[in-house]
Amino acid sequence: MSSLFSQEVPLSWYLLLSAVLFSLGVVGFLIKRNLITVFMSIELMLNAVNLSFVTFAHEWHAVKGQIFVFFVMMVAAAEAAVGLAIIIAVFRARATLAVDRIDLMKL
Amino acid sequence: MNALFHLWLIPLAPFAGFLINGILGRRLPKWLVTTVALLAPLAAFGVVLVAALGFFGIGKGFAPVIASLPFTQTCPHPWIDIGALHVDFSFVLDQLSLVMLLVVTGVGFLIHVYSVGYMSDDEGYARYFSFLNLFLFFMTVLVLAGNALVMFVGWEGVGLASYLLIGFYFQKKSAADAGKKAFIVNRIGDFGFLIGMFLLLANFGTLTFSAIGAKLAANPGWQGGALTVIALCLLLGATGKSAQLPLYIWLPDAMEGPTPVSALIHAATMVTAGVYMIARTHILFDHAPFALGAVAVVGAATALFAATIGLVQNDIKRVLAYSTISQLGYMFLGCGVAAYSAAIFHLVTHAFFKALLFLAAGAVIHSMDGEQDLRKMGGLRKKLPVTFAVTTVGVLAIAGFFPFAGFFSKDAILYAAYTQGASGRVLWFVGLVTALLTSFYIFRLWYKAFLGESRSPDAHPHESPPSMMVPLVILAALSICGGWIGIERFSAFLAPSTGLRAPDAGSASLEPILSIAAVAVALLGWLAADRFYRQRPVRPSQLSAALPGSYKLLVHKYYVDEFYGWTVVKPLIAISTYLLGWVVDTALVGGLAWLLGGTATFAGALLQRWQSGNLRSYAAWLAAGAAAVLLFIVVPWSTLWPASLNLIWKMAGH
Repeated sequence: MSSLFSQEVPLSWYLLLSAVLFSLGVVGFLIKRNLITVFMSIELMLNAVNLSFVTFAHEWHAVKGQIFVFFVMMVAAAEAAVGLAIIIAVFRARATLAVDRIDLMKL
Repeated sequence: MNALFHLWLIPLAPFAGFLINGILGRRLPKWLVTTVALLAPLAAFGVVLVAALGFFGIGKGFAPVIASLPFTQTCPHPWIDIGALHVDFSFVLDQLSLVMLLVVTGVGFLIHVYSVGYMSDDEGYARYFSFLNLFLFFMTVLVLAGNALVMFVGWEGVGLASYLLIGFYFQKKSAADAGKKAFIVNRIGDFGFLIGMFLLLANFGTLTFSAIGAKLAANPGWQGGALTVIALCLLLGATGKSAQLPLYIWLPDAMEGPTPVSALIHAATMVTAGVYMIARTHILFDHAPFALGAVAVVGAATALFAATIGLVQNDIKRVLAYSTISQLGYMFLGCGVAAYSAAIFHLVTHAFFKALLFLAAGAVIHSMDGEQDLRKMGGLRKKLPVTFAVTTVGVLAIAGFFPFAGFFSKDAILYAAYTQGASGRVLWFVGLVTALLTSFYIFRLWYKAFLGESRSPDAHPHESPPSMMVPLVILAALSICGGWIGIERFSAFLAPSTGLRAPDAGSASLEPILSIAAVAVALLGWLAADRFYRQRPVRPSQLSAALPGSYKLLVHKYYVDEFYGWTVVKPLIAISTYLLGWVVDTALVGGLAWLLGGTATFAGALLQRWQSGNLRSYAAWLAAGAAAVLLFIVVPWSTLWPASLNLIWKMAGH
């Protein structure tokens, strides 16, 4: 038992978790219709990437990866602010948040 | 040589006038345009005059500068310096270019003054003067040129100015067409000039006139061969610019331009550039007897040919145009018998009296509100006494009466021709017949326009303003006394540039006899015209009725335009329309463009479907792309492939 808990979690488990989270994000992005859900899927993908950054930083004892995570989080926060503002504006204009309906750019 | 005297000032002054009036002319007040336009040629004339006075030792300050002609000024930086080819931008002032410059800038200035009155009501006043100054710029470059390439720059430039001014009334289709015709026909001549220049480079390795002269002087035995070809090429160039057979056809049409332009460019200066060029390169012609003979034959043939057409023209300016062609033929004849100084002498006097006749014709046209048809004039003697007087001077001068200017120069050419042996006698006889015809057609013009009864009773002719009359009077004075210097003194002056002729074979009593013959012939022409157009005005129509064939031939100008139309213009247009237009342009170029454009359009139409506007489809493509890249990186392809493919992969450099 003790050997099981004293052992460190292997690298591959973290990466696998990261890959699963990322895939969930991609699938969510592709199949969900609601713009807010799509937005949340993006956040999910970003955090999956963050997880792999932290993992590698820990593995190789390099602080750069950790710093990078802060950058990603900061940009994600800014993006969330702008993105949500756009979503509200779109909802006011079109009274819908269905991604398929927002296709004004189509030729 | 001297810092005080700069040859480049001569062309620069008109060029400055061209720039000022050409760029700002529309916004400047009219008096300022006039001032600039007149100051430019006046400044050029002033510099030339200083040079001339310095040469004759009158202006003491410049005397040592000019004392030793030729005076060369070369731009310190070489113009073209590629391997063996070395061309400088150099100007040369020698006796020949001095005489020519005096004529170009002097007569040019007078015609500028005349234009102030003639063009005063025209909308394109500033444009007109900027073109006229541009012409003067290029003409002085042509005259001052120290090598063939600089001369060619001026040569092309005067062609451009001529084109712009012939087509000055460009709203009129005939004027625009005439400008194009002049330009295109001149291109044919320019082609000859260009080939001549290439051959000069190939044979002499230089284009500088003095260097060519020195090389030929060092090899007196070098005759014919390549020199003949070069000289014939230059002759082709000269026939284009100087309106000789077979390229004369553009000059009569050039009369579409304003009359002062006809006087300046198409009578006094530009069309004499061919004669000047032959005189400038006369050493080449001296070493190519065949080419020299060709010059004489072309000149004599043109003189006679154009004079016969001039007999029946009814447009006052066209009579003068054919007369100009004919007189230029005289100059070529003079060059062809190696009497270059006589040819230049005739060039000078012709510039005076032909400019006078054209400007007087302009005054007549001006007073008749644009009427150019001789049949509608008549009786202008009483209405326009001053114009009548100056025209009479011009008429007497061109007909060759003593002591007017034309007598001396025409006599010099005829005398030079007569002393050239048996073939010279033939040329002399042709010249004499031409003199008879000249006298007849010019007196015909005189009688029809000024004497008899008015044929348009509604017109109220009036004398022109002083700005037009003063140049006329000055030119009339020059037409009277321009020849008094005499051919002996004139050729002695020009001798350093054009060489002295070999001593004459004729006896001392020959010259007076020939002079008397020439005057007698001129008198005969006058009497004939008097009989036809004053005593029995019905006679000309009877004559034309009696000889319908030859009359029709003359009225239609020997059908030369029609001949060129059928042999050159129509085939060219056909080739352009069908071969170049349909096959090359429409089928090949158009097809290729259509193919390229069509491919792009088709590809665009296909790819357009990709831009669905659907966010999820974009995301799916993005994910698929990322997956493909991942697949490419992660999968160990080289182990999966068969060995043979792997080998190819290696060989491709991976």
